[in-house]
Amino acid sequence: MKTSVFLGTVAAATLMAGAGMADTLADVKARGELNCGVNTGLVGFAAPDANGNWTGFDVDICKAVAAAVLGDASKVKYVPTTGQTRFTALSSGEVDLLARNSTWTFSRDTDLKLDFIGVNYYDGQGFMVRKDLGVTSAKELEGATVCIQTGTTTELNLADYFKANNMTYQPVNIDSNAEGEQQYMAGACDAYTTDASGLAATRAAFADPENHIILPEIISKEPLGPAVRHGDNNWGDIVRWTLYALIAAEEYGITSANIEELTSSSQNPEVQRLLGVTDDLGAMIGLDKEWAKRAIMASGNYGEIFAANIGEQTPIGLARGLNAQWTQGGLMYAMPFR
Amino acid sequence: MSDTHAQTVPFVRDTMLPPSDPPAREAGAIHWLRQNLFSGPVNTVLTIIGVLIVWFLVSHFWDWFAHSVWNANSLSECRQIIAETWGEGARGACWAVIRERWNQYVYGFYPPALYWRPTMAFGLLFLALAPVLFSESPGIRRIVLGLATVLTLWLMVTLNAPAAWLVFAAVMLIGGLAVSERHVSWLLIFSVLYPLMGVWFLWGGSAWGPIMVLAGPLLGWIAWLALGRVSGLLATVVALVVPLVWWYFYAGEAASDAESLVSLAIPAVASDRFGGFLLSITIGVAGIAMSLPLGIVLALARRSDMFLVKSLAVIFIEFIRGVPLIALLFVASLLLNYFLPPTVTFDIILRVIIMVTLFSAAYMAEVIRGGLAALPKGQYEAADALGLDYWKAQRLIVLPQALKISIPGIVSTFIGMFKDTTLVTFVGLYDPLKSMSDAVRASTSWKGIYWEPYIFVGFIFFLICFGMSRYSMYLERRLARGHR
Repeated sequence: MKTSVFLGTVAAATLMAGAGMADTLADVKARGELNCGVNTGLVGFAAPDANGNWTGFDVDICKAVAAAVLGDASKVKYVPTTGQTRFTALSSGEVDLLARNSTWTFSRDTDLKLDFIGVNYYDGQGFMVRKDLGVTSAKELEGATVCIQTGTTTELNLADYFKANNMTYQPVNIDSNAEGEQQYMAGACDAYTTDASGLAATRAAFADPENHIILPEIISKEPLGPAVRHGDNNWGDIVRWTLYALIAAEEYGITSANIEELTSSSQNPEVQRLLGVTDDLGAMIGLDKEWAKRAIMASGNYGEIFAANIGEQTPIGLARGLNAQWTQGGLMYAMPFR
Repeated sequence: MSDTHAQTVPFVRDTMLPPSDPPAREAGAIHWLRQNLFSGPVNTVLTIIGVLIVWFLVSHFWDWFAHSVWNANSLSECRQIIAETWGEGARGACWAVIRERWNQYVYGFYPPALYWRPTMAFGLLFLALAPVLFSESPGIRRIVLGLATVLTLWLMVTLNAPAAWLVFAAVMLIGGLAVSERHVSWLLIFSVLYPLMGVWFLWGGSAWGPIMVLAGPLLGWIAWLALGRVSGLLATVVALVVPLVWWYFYAGEAASDAESLVSLAIPAVASDRFGGFLLSITIGVAGIAMSLPLGIVLALARRSDMFLVKSLAVIFIEFIRGVPLIALLFVASLLLNYFLPPTVTFDIILRVIIMVTLFSAAYMAEVIRGGLAALPKGQYEAADALGLDYWKAQRLIVLPQALKISIPGIVSTFIGMFKDTTLVTFVGLYDPLKSMSDAVRASTSWKGIYWEPYIFVGFIFFLICFGMSRYSMYLERRLARGHR
């Protein structure tokens, strides 16, 4: 009896909270600041520097949305969220947008009442082993000890993969990436598994990267994308099309360097629409004409953001791979701006 | 008698023989070793095992500490320097990360131009604590206050504090030192005002907020004076209600009105800029300062004869002690947002401080209840026999003794609570141990560094907790009246 009353109160409070926050765009504009949920610290994706300025691949998504909605890429309040608090922070309204390398899965999209608005990084789970172990394929990891971060999709993927291949393994549970590296370096586990982007960054930071190899098998799909709350479709549209604007900009060759020039001189109708020269697409989502232009100017197009934070010129050194444009054999495919 | 003696005089020595040295085995270092380390077979074996363990640790970690690098801009640079200086394959500690991120570990993301504000608040904290902690030892108090004054002013100068604030801090600190020489108890006024002052220095904004908060008890006091002649009970009730009503309905408005008339604002700093030891010490000091009085009240309530008071206290204490602190922190950070309307934002640090305070107050209550129970029944009866009422008896006879007995337990609770402030990492606040270190590791230059941040933060925590522990032992010695 008491429990049901309590749960009823929680449910009612949730509904009220949900109803009260249906217009995220108006809230953000009234506040003058975008609350963006980010990782507490993940190399290349989101990290505060010594002065507390946030940089990273996910952070640039926040900046682009802030630039589109508020006209100023710096009007973002970064709310660091942990693996445990991220989805609650979003559904309770503490953040307007969650750009925190979260995998788009069925249950998160439906049961957790999130709306993933797209994919900004296609990742996949891989394995790293010491070269002298003599292993060249994940299929040879029978009976291996594996360092695995608890409470993530990687843990479930690992179990699935070994089960499907009829192999056994000994998990060594770890709490954070830093701890995983340490356990792996200390020899507590034969293999370290996490997202391939994380493995590359980890390997690059080793004193002896040449003694470690990343196995060719990618055992899972990890589409990482920004998420918003279920139920506010207009806000979801804004974030989705901001991401598409960044991706489309790369496709059409719009960069932060030539954007002004293209605005005045481009004859490509799609570019003209995107940059607000001809049609007024912004009005359809409650923004002004130049929303996409500002979003692109915030940190550049998708390719520029990739190159600046995690690309091959950075210490992390990730190749575009699946994240190349569809015209280059990748999966980045912006829906048409029309 | 003297005759007989006179005859024997030539054969009696009139000087003492110089004492001969004790046997070599019974003196000096060898004796000490035999007494303390090799007194028997068991002790000998334990000594040897102990020495082996120490040797094992030193031989394994010595080179790592010896090869310390303090000047580098990234981990790879550190590794390069170590390889160049001590040869390929050598390992070493890269303390350069602490050097580069020192400000971040101390102040979190606080605006660098305002670093002097937390520094000043921290310096003044010692002035506020002096009359409470060192009321009976002028010598120690002088040293502590003198050091706090010199260090605070020096740091403020190096942090480019504005001249006006430098003068303010100098007047407060040196004036406080002078006042404490004559009338220590006068400083208690400062101790009472300090919490509001500290909050204002740390978070900034308008000074009218804290002033209006302060006006609450003042209005209550006026009401109490005015109604005191009519009815004592009525006056007490009104004196308690008036501040609450004032705070809830009028204080905010009054503050903003006053601000628009006369601006007393300094740049505001939001809670998400707090981090590192600034965050830990803010939460720790606030929690300690509030949990002790709350714990005393709870302990008294639990021993009360009044059924309702007692039951509530028992329920509260047992509930809080039965729930992990992390669960309370999650409630503070996540569940509250569901209940509060979206327009109400309740500062996350405030929420965490409240939860930490409630948590440690429950433990404090049990520690103090232990002290109360340890007091002989005769003390209570003596208080009754003197005709003291309940509060006087508690204040003058029971609590001074009970608290004295509980000092080790109280300080243990403080130390535990201070260390528990690192748990705020789970609600996304930047505690120095985990979140801040992970944030440092998330930069491309320091990715892969592991032990150095942990050792550094652990060392600072050790210094603070060891300080508290030594203080409690000093306090026990000061208060050991039974043995004087």
